[in-house]
Amino acid sequence: MNRQRREVLRTGGGLSLLALVTAAGWLRPGEALAADAWNKAAFETNSMDATLKALGAGTPAQSKDVTFFQTPDIAENGAVVPIGITSTVPNTQSIAILVEKNPSTLIAVFDIPPGTEPSLSTRIKMGQTSNVYALVKADGKYYVASKEIKVTLGGCGG
Amino acid sequence: MADPMRIRANLVGDSTEVKVLMSHEMETGQRKDAQGKTIPAWFIQEVNATWNGKTVLAAQWGPGVAKNPFVSFKFKGGAKGDKVVINWTDNRGDKRTDEATIA
Repeated sequence: MNRQRREVLRTGGGLSLLALVTAAGWLRPGEALAADAWNKAAFETNSMDATLKALGAGTPAQSKDVTFFQTPDIAENGAVVPIGITSTVPNTQSIAILVEKNPSTLIAVFDIPPGTEPSLSTRIKMGQTSNVYALVKADGKYYVASKEIKVTLGGCGG
Repeated sequence: MADPMRIRANLVGDSTEVKVLMSHEMETGQRKDAQGKTIPAWFIQEVNATWNGKTVLAAQWGPGVAKNPFVSFKFKGGAKGDKVVINWTDNRGDKRTDEATIA
C-alpha cells in the first residue's frame, strides 16, 4: 500500500473540510486556525493573570449567570474532582476551567458551537485547596465565576 | 493504540446528552518515578465531537484534566440511530476515534 499517497489524501481531505467550514461562515479563518493548534502559551501559564492574558480575556466580569453544579465544596481526592459548569450568558462561545493554585492554571477550554448547550461536566485534578474559576466567553466578552474547593488529598504530587 | 472510549448518547427531550469516558493516563509531567526521574507529561490535548459531520463540542485540554477523562454535554437535535463521533489527540500524536449511536 502506498502510505504516502494515503497521507496526502487524508491531509487533502482535512484541508477541504476546513475550507468548507470556513466558507460556510461557521468559523472565521483566524478562529479555525486557533482551533487547530493547541494553545501552548495559555496552557503553560501558572498564574491567573498570566492565563487570562494568554487567553486574551483581559479582566473578566464577575457573573451570576455562570454557575457550578455537581461540584463539591470539599474534594477528598484531588486527583479526581468533578466540575460542572453552566452558563446562561446569551451566545456563550466557550467555557474554560482554571485552578488558581495548580502548577498550570489552565485546565481545559471547551468551545461551544451554536446548538450545543453551554453546560458541561468533567473531572479535573487539583494539587491543593484552591479557587476554581469558570471563564465564559460570550459575544467576545469574558465572564467569570469562582468557587473554592477544599482538597484533603492532593492529586498532582507523589 | 489506546483503549476504546466508552460513549453514551441518549435522546432527552429534543436534545442529545452525550457522556464520554476516555482511557488515558493524563500524566502531568510533575510526578517523579522511584528513581527520582520526572515522568514525562502525556495527556490528551484536543477533543472533538461531531454529529452528522457538524462539530458539537471542541475542547483543548492541559494535563490538569483527571486520569481517564470524563465529559458530559448536551446538544440540540439528534435522532435515534444518528451517530456521534468523538476523537482525541494527545501530546505524543496518538489519536483515537470512537462512535456511538444515539439511543
